[in-house]
Amino acid sequence: MTATMSSDGSMLDLLTGFIVELRAAGLPVSLTENLDAMQAIIHIPIEDRNAFKYALAATLVKNNAHWRAFETVFEVYFSLRGPGYALGGSDEPLELDDDDTAANPEAAGAGTGGGGGEALTPEQMAEMLFKALQKGDEAMMKALARQAVTRYAGMEPGRPVGGTYYLYRTLRNLDLDNVLEQLMSQAREESPEPLTPLEERLEKDEFESRVDRLKQEIEAEIRRRLVADRGVEAMAKTLRKPLPEDVDFMHASREELMSLRKAIYPLTRKLAVRLARKRRHGRKGPLDFRNTVRHSLSYGGVPVDPKFRYPRPAKPEIFVVADISGSVAAFARFTLQLVYAISGQFSRVRSFVFIDGIDEVTKFFEGVEDISVAIHRVNTEADVVWVDGHSDYGHAFEVFWERYGREISPKTTVLILGDARNNYHSSQAWVVGEMRKKARHVYWLNPEPKAYWDTGDSIVGEYGVHCDGTYECRNLRQLEKFVEVLD
Amino acid sequence: MRDKFHRMDFRFESPTSVRARLRDVDYLSDDAIAGVVFLADRLGKPILVEGPAGTGKTQLAKSVAEILGARLIRLQCYEGLDESKALYEWNYKKQLLRIQAERNNESTWEDIETDIFSDEFLLTRPLLEAIRSDDPVVLLIDEVDRVEIETEALLLEILSDYQVSIPELGTITAKQIPMVFLTSNNTRELSEALKRRCLFLHIDYPDMEREKEIVLTRVPEITDSLADQVTRIVRSIRQLELKKSPSVSETIDWARTLLMLGVDSITEADAIETLNILLKYQSDITRATKELSADTTQRRPGVPRTS
Repeated sequence: MTATMSSDGSMLDLLTGFIVELRAAGLPVSLTENLDAMQAIIHIPIEDRNAFKYALAATLVKNNAHWRAFETVFEVYFSLRGPGYALGGSDEPLELDDDDTAANPEAAGAGTGGGGGEALTPEQMAEMLFKALQKGDEAMMKALARQAVTRYAGMEPGRPVGGTYYLYRTLRNLDLDNVLEQLMSQAREESPEPLTPLEERLEKDEFESRVDRLKQEIEAEIRRRLVADRGVEAMAKTLRKPLPEDVDFMHASREELMSLRKAIYPLTRKLAVRLARKRRHGRKGPLDFRNTVRHSLSYGGVPVDPKFRYPRPAKPEIFVVADISGSVAAFARFTLQLVYAISGQFSRVRSFVFIDGIDEVTKFFEGVEDISVAIHRVNTEADVVWVDGHSDYGHAFEVFWERYGREISPKTTVLILGDARNNYHSSQAWVVGEMRKKARHVYWLNPEPKAYWDTGDSIVGEYGVHCDGTYECRNLRQLEKFVEVLD
Repeated sequence: MRDKFHRMDFRFESPTSVRARLRDVDYLSDDAIAGVVFLADRLGKPILVEGPAGTGKTQLAKSVAEILGARLIRLQCYEGLDESKALYEWNYKKQLLRIQAERNNESTWEDIETDIFSDEFLLTRPLLEAIRSDDPVVLLIDEVDRVEIETEALLLEILSDYQVSIPELGTITAKQIPMVFLTSNNTRELSEALKRRCLFLHIDYPDMEREKEIVLTRVPEITDSLADQVTRIVRSIRQLELKKSPSVSETIDWARTLLMLGVDSITEADAIETLNILLKYQSDITRATKELSADTTQRRPGVPRTS
């Protein structure tokens, strides 16, 4: 407690800067929460780093999807605080006096002979790494991570970078994929009987998780050194990343796409509940005559308390017409996934995909429980190329109208997904107009930022006049908002 | 305002002691859980616990009640919950009786009015009960995401000020701050106002070591090696993209089943035959079966075509 008190002034500054950065990263931190955090750190000393981290998180982060963003900022701001996390030890030779190396003569011999980490040859280091991973020796892995960064990252002070390159260099030199293979073959040899696929899988999972921990350790070490070099604010700014719900579909990196895929399932559950609730909310079904009469008996036959049937409003039918060419493919994929995941809220969902030709893909989704399998089939099997595989909205719409137009009914809501970049083909916007006459609603979802609409070959405005609404749908947040207005 | 309740006697000395005491009642916590429970006690704030089903959210409240020797008061939320079920209700029938009994006497209107709106005619519901209790209590508001967003407002006064306002009686303030847990399965976003008043705790699936400990505690007859295998397989399954990953309680059920079947080392066949205990969707079972028996060397995800 006293330690916290004495460093209060600087602590408060640090915390203020920390919260400013959290807000800059998009986390909604209110004033009350800010005050709570300040109260919290009175009770939990910073020396207990884990508890400190969770205390701050409990007061500041109220949404689990924001946890990663919080953790990154926390690591940057508090990475040099607390015992065992100070930078000082990083250049010291590896500690070779623990029990583990004693049981491991080669490595110990190499270490004591040389007297320090610098004397290790890369082969010896690789060997120690192998042993550490095999045994899951955390302390050794930590020391080796530091050593590896010193040796391989080639960090240059003063460069304004986020550390990805240093990480890449370190990992390339360690060649962890290869180490993993070796660990596996070692495990295979040591086992008295050949490993069954199940055992093999379990072994692999175990080693993979250890390698992951090592990678995290290396990343943290690089981050610590960068923070020491460049200062907290500059580093936090470089590492700032959009929250999962703000990731742009069209420019998402591989890693971001993974986090999106994870985010979409809980989102669909939420949406389904919300849509079901909204549909029921505020509406009553028709008068339930029998029930009313029954209840009137307790009032001497006067129907004081009218009873209504449980409301069962009609569900809309959804047609999804999606452009799946190049840059907008990711967007179409997420929207299809979302719509199918909540298909219980609609009486029927039919989907059509196009590039310059159009094909119905509803059958791929039928009876398939796993939507990503269906989407994979859409991507590989649908017949969407007519001439050259460049988007032609005009032709695709024309064919759509010819083949499926008569199946649009007043119960149908049509969703058109695409950036309307038509490669200067003719627009055939009349099709959209005709659709709107027959359908309940026609909406256009565009994954491009609004500022780019109707620039270059984008003709979304031409189609837009025939739609009930055109929406910018660049990220999950906007997509979620749109689905909510859907009825 | 919190000064009013200022007490020198906190319930816990440190996060470590929370952890140790929870362990005594067979609840294996981690740094996050122990830290937040400790902080909630110090700051006098409710905890909003969120996370996948079956990770011990409700159990946490029960276990905390147990170590504190406090009574657990539980409010199960559901759609359509209102204040007469959550806070208080006037005992209307008893009031009627009182008025009828009074008819022949010479009481004035004011007498009767003050009389029938007194404590005697008040039916306390969980929230009010927790506030008025003299003994230590732990209040559990379970599945708070099930109530409509408008109903959440009912909870705000009690969560921030630990008081309930009854128009006829005035404001009833807590005699002692109870520990409050709210659980949510995150089926909808809770209102900002509610979140702001709470400490937030996300309980995820435990890591392998902790899950193994949990299995060992809950299924005492199990051998160490079997527990190890069980948790390893469960971790493996959780890495798959599933509709519903196995929860901790399902892991425990599975361990019990294997024990009952007399398995001492899980083979592929054992695992596949009993998968239906871990997984509840047919598509998940099919996928896990495929993955568990597949040769890992050939495991490569399909790459979607880009056009």
